Amino acid sequence: MSMELRDIGPPDYKKFMHPVLLKNYGKWKSHEHVKPGVIKHISETGDVVYTVRAGIPKFISTESVRFLCDLADKYCDGYLRFTTRHNVEFIVTKEENVDKLIKELEDAGYPVGGTGHSLKAIIHCVGYLHCNLAATDSPSIAKALYEALYDYFKRTDLPERIKIAVSGCLNMCGATNASDISIIGVHTKPPRVIDEVVHAQCSPMELVKLCPTYAIKPKRIKKNGKVITSVEIDPEKCMYCGNCYAACPGLPIHDPENDGVSIWVGGKASMTKQGIMESRLLVPFIPNHPPKWEKVVDIVKRIIDIYLKYAKPDERLGEMIERIGWEKFFELIDVPFTYQHIDDFIFAYKEYRKGISFRFTKHVK
Amino acid sequence: MAEILEELKRGKWPSFVKELEKTGDERIWKYYEKCLVDKKPYFGHGGIVGVTGYEAGVIGRVAIEDAAKILPEFHLFRILPPAGLFYKTDVIRKICDWIDKWGCKLLQFHGATYDMQAFGIPREKLDKAFEELAKIGFDLGGSGPDIRTAACCVGPALCEWALIDTLDIYTTLMKEYIFDVHRPRFPYKFKIKISGCPNDCVSAGTRSDFAIIGIWRDEIKIDENALKQYPSETLEMVAKRCPAGAITYKNGKFEIDNEQCTRCMYCINVLNKALRPGDDRGATILIGARARGRYGAFLAWVLVPFIKLKPPYKEIKELIDKILDWWDEHGNPKERVGETIYRLGFGKFLKDIGLEPKPQMVYRPRANPFWKYF
Repeated sequence: MSMELRDIGPPDYKKFMHPVLLKNYGKWKSHEHVKPGVIKHISETGDVVYTVRAGIPKFISTESVRFLCDLADKYCDGYLRFTTRHNVEFIVTKEENVDKLIKELEDAGYPVGGTGHSLKAIIHCVGYLHCNLAATDSPSIAKALYEALYDYFKRTDLPERIKIAVSGCLNMCGATNASDISIIGVHTKPPRVIDEVVHAQCSPMELVKLCPTYAIKPKRIKKNGKVITSVEIDPEKCMYCGNCYAACPGLPIHDPENDGVSIWVGGKASMTKQGIMESRLLVPFIPNHPPKWEKVVDIVKRIIDIYLKYAKPDERLGEMIERIGWEKFFELIDVPFTYQHIDDFIFAYKEYRKGISFRFTKHVK
Repeated sequence: MAEILEELKRGKWPSFVKELEKTGDERIWKYYEKCLVDKKPYFGHGGIVGVTGYEAGVIGRVAIEDAAKILPEFHLFRILPPAGLFYKTDVIRKICDWIDKWGCKLLQFHGATYDMQAFGIPREKLDKAFEELAKIGFDLGGSGPDIRTAACCVGPALCEWALIDTLDIYTTLMKEYIFDVHRPRFPYKFKIKISGCPNDCVSAGTRSDFAIIGIWRDEIKIDENALKQYPSETLEMVAKRCPAGAITYKNGKFEIDNEQCTRCMYCINVLNKALRPGDDRGATILIGARARGRYGAFLAWVLVPFIKLKPPYKEIKELIDKILDWWDEHGNPKERVGETIYRLGFGKFLKDIGLEPKPQMVYRPRANPFWKYF
């Protein structure tokens, strides 16, 4: 086994960049959104390049990747890039190639769009396909949402961008803690304890330390004449986060009947205007219902309809809700406001309304 | 395929189930179908798989219960990408040939970790597959409690707002810390993300332990001629919506009070042909973001308000080393650096790593009368 090819690090990005990009490195002057999916970059040297962005599935077969490579060879001198939102971007230097490329992409079923004030590609985690912790299946939710919101991907006349993210569990691998609309998989029942497995494979003291709500206590019990160490979970304190299951296979938390999704709104990761905003709870629980996810799609459509109706230009969903007030937003969207909506964790105090500046809605009878 | 998967193949958006089908590997979609029907995943806690010499970079997945008969193992290679995710087709084709030979013909461009991901290489072939990958010129990314694959925006390669050379910083830092990327030794993961400007396209402020964000200190540059091209309603709107109240637009005159400006980029984003960030450029360092944890989600907060960044980026490396040493000493298992700082106090952390307190680090000074003298 040769070890010399270890720790070589990332490849040199300059080798993979179009010569025009290398020539204009750091010299870009401005950009324009020419049409959905096309950004025109203008350099101080007078050079112009176009970025053509298309949506691809997050899981992609080598056959499809080779097809994208063929297009890049034909129209982009063999250069392309990918984005962290699962888009492919072609760097086109000749203007006449832009429309030809778009046509070939659309014909092959890859929608061109997602630039400017549009629905951005939906970020999602791997879900059931490659995860042991997923409480819900994010790829199929993303697919269902895409079908319902397909046209928004190709529009650029929305008030601001809409970013949707889907995560299978509270680990939030799909960037869900600060997205306009977030769908997060949740458990609603505490983990079950399999004493033998906990004894054999896990450290009770580590589990005690991991639990955010101090719901786990070590215990010592007699089983088949042997003394074994395990843990006890206080169902009153448990908040079903799954931290302990991630560390210990003896505490399975999956429960097909009681796992589901929650919907969160109003986050924003960018530091523009008022800065970063966190996503806030809108719907605490919807049971899993693959593959069409009608209930999730219905709520997301309602959110977007309200956003399009009430938002001012250049206003993200979260900014709009802050302006009209969360109480008003709950009235408009017409979902029940429950005990789960009121924070009761460590930073809860900062969320309580101090003062009397609120709006009366139908919630106050 | 069963109806539940057929449903996911329909529709206008390119279907990932069709991609699974194109791999020709029946096991993958049969397994996925079982999960969807039973509404739970069937992977156990992995087991340890990896490449000889590395302890990270391969995510092991071993199925349990009945599913083990369908898809016994389904490991994933995290491949360290080039900065900015720029590729040439010849190298992508080589990667395709490589995964066709060793794995399941399935790739992911790109995972949430910034890595390119390749699926389905069986345990006994991992070493040989890695050797061929290395010959193509790629290495593995991070996983587990190590320094994770960093992330950066397109930066100066395609964007006029890049205030720092994000691609170069990414490459330099990854080369510097490549040993720790492959060998987990910390309390938990440590993520570095590099954004060229406060628009923060890689979500550094919400998703990274150590966020480097490009910023300028001097005045916003105004191109008066280009400004005249914008309708006065747009200029009025920008002036009215400036969160710092630093813009006035009166009698056709557009003025920015740069002393009051908080560099949120709003006016520059809207009036991108007329306004440019200033020339005194550097970065702000933020620390401590994470999604879910002991105290819920954390957003990153200011650690260093301004730092000049020039190759070889010695100051950044020194700062990261100090933070890692401190966290290594004080952190509990599975505790991200932000949580350790929160538990022990930001003041103590600053003193320990030798940084002075600055008013930029907080919104406002403390309101409670209980404090310590260090």
